Amino acid sequence: MSDLTLTAKSLTSEHRRRRRIVNWLMEGLATLAALAAVALLVIVVASVAKRGAGALDLDFFTKTPSFLGFGQEKSGIANAIVGTFIIVGLAILMALPAGVLAAIYLNEFAPKRVASAMTVAFDVLNGVPAIVIGIFVFVFLVAGHGQAGIKGAFALAILMLPLVTRSTQEVLALVPNAVREASLALGAPRWRTTLNVVLPMAVGGIITGATLATARVAGETAPLLFTSSLAGNTVSWNPTEPMASIPFFIFTAAEQADPSLQEQAWGAALVLIMFVLIASIVARAFGLRSRRRLTGGR
Amino acid sequence: MATATRSIPDPAALRRRGRFNPGDAILYGVTLGAALSALVLLILIAREILADAWPAMKEFGLGFLTSTTWEPTRDIYGAGAFLFGTALTSFAALLLAAPISIAIALFLTELAPRWLRGPVGALVEMLASVPSVVLGLWGILVMGPWIVEHVGPFLHRTLGWTPFFKTEPVAGPSILSAILILTIMMVPIISSICRELFLNVPRELKEGALALGATRWELVRGVIFPYARAGIAAAMILGLGRAVGEAIAVTQVIGNNEAITWNLFDPGDTLASRIASSYVGATSKMQISALVYLAVILLAFSLVVNLVARVIVQRVTARQEGRA
Repeated sequence: MSDLTLTAKSLTSEHRRRRRIVNWLMEGLATLAALAAVALLVIVVASVAKRGAGALDLDFFTKTPSFLGFGQEKSGIANAIVGTFIIVGLAILMALPAGVLAAIYLNEFAPKRVASAMTVAFDVLNGVPAIVIGIFVFVFLVAGHGQAGIKGAFALAILMLPLVTRSTQEVLALVPNAVREASLALGAPRWRTTLNVVLPMAVGGIITGATLATARVAGETAPLLFTSSLAGNTVSWNPTEPMASIPFFIFTAAEQADPSLQEQAWGAALVLIMFVLIASIVARAFGLRSRRRLTGGR
Repeated sequence: MATATRSIPDPAALRRRGRFNPGDAILYGVTLGAALSALVLLILIAREILADAWPAMKEFGLGFLTSTTWEPTRDIYGAGAFLFGTALTSFAALLLAAPISIAIALFLTELAPRWLRGPVGALVEMLASVPSVVLGLWGILVMGPWIVEHVGPFLHRTLGWTPFFKTEPVAGPSILSAILILTIMMVPIISSICRELFLNVPRELKEGALALGATRWELVRGVIFPYARAGIAAAMILGLGRAVGEAIAVTQVIGNNEAITWNLFDPGDTLASRIASSYVGATSKMQISALVYLAVILLAFSLVVNLVARVIVQRVTARQEGRA
């Protein structure tokens, strides 16, 4: 920390000028870094939009892909849209109740030490790479039994679970204890207090967290590679069979030499990125509002 | 609110007082079960993966980690090249991402006008929500050609004497693309953690330094960095964990080549990327087992990363609470 010690030398104007220049340089670099990150986001989104917009028409949403490409007329990604819709929907059905219930235990019932020890497990699970989760579901459910949309949904649900739990925990912690005490003092049992008083107050924040988690897993490809990739080229609503998905379509179509398929990959990327960005913007804005209401504007 | 800290009696205490309610017991049981799910899943993941990797672990042992042969036709597998590729890409990406992330966090906490902090912070974090498959698509079709045409020749001309840029860049996948994509993925993670850290530096310390006549950069070097040092290390470790585990975007841009090379214009491969690229065509039992062995390495690494980061954070908070 010798920079901070005041010596005779540091009072000379030469030294002071150098300090100011270094400071100015560093401030400039920091600003530049922030600018670069924002610019990068704009560049990525803009180049996806530019290349993908042309692919978006009615056929894109209603027809299925043609990987053969023998001058066939327009094709689309209807099967991937339906597949992603069902797989992600099922993942929400699995992860949301489990995550909210787990958060209720951690915040409402568990002693502090137990809660913090159990939270470690959720954090560690959150750190397990998506591809490892995919391999796990593959050896656990797929090997010998075959792929299925619901198995892909299970893999996505494992990714979602810690996200939902942690965000719900944070919201529940914001509900003032006075509310719980008031309910208990009126004679309501603990479970009614939790389900009818605490949970309704936190529901806005829970939805925010769940939306962000959904946006995050809807774009995941790695968990689906080994669990729901061998889909047919038709629209399927049956989750016990392998289903197509938007991320997986992008992954395969990007590697095709056929330029019309590449254009469709961009189109699918545009659909995906729009969904993810809009969902996270809306969730953030909504979350900010409900959090403010919960904490009384503080 | 003084009442806010008082705790509510737990079910056991209520039971002793004869106010036990069966609804409480049910909710307690159900939520406890849900809370245990993460632990159960972790154990299940470890057990299933170890069981399926066992044939390869028995066959190749620890030599798997150093052998660079990966030949499905002869059923001989080794992860050496992928370990090298993982280490090279992740550390290089960390080297680029760490200063950029710290700079962004400093901009957001110390430099930017207050009205700008929220929006810019949100935009940087939004970079993390771009799906990796989209980033990979952009990486092959936009960034890749741009590197070959503009950045690559420049790097070769100026740094061609180093082992990293020895050859002229050629079109197609490269380790450099993977490093840049991983950097883009790490920056929002590391910068959002660092931002929290910098916000927690006590005001008195900052004001003290400024009152002594320190410039803003001296404040950062003399007060903020020493105070947040351990936390920055934890953030970098977590970022590294993210980079090591990334499969999709890397496999799209890196080229799936099992060779050990320092030349960043060459194609290479990583552990996670090799698993992802083998999703079709892994037919023999031993090949699948070897792929699961790769997953074992990734799982073990992710456990270590998370626990180490957690220990660092805990020690820091304990120290800071002790000081307060």
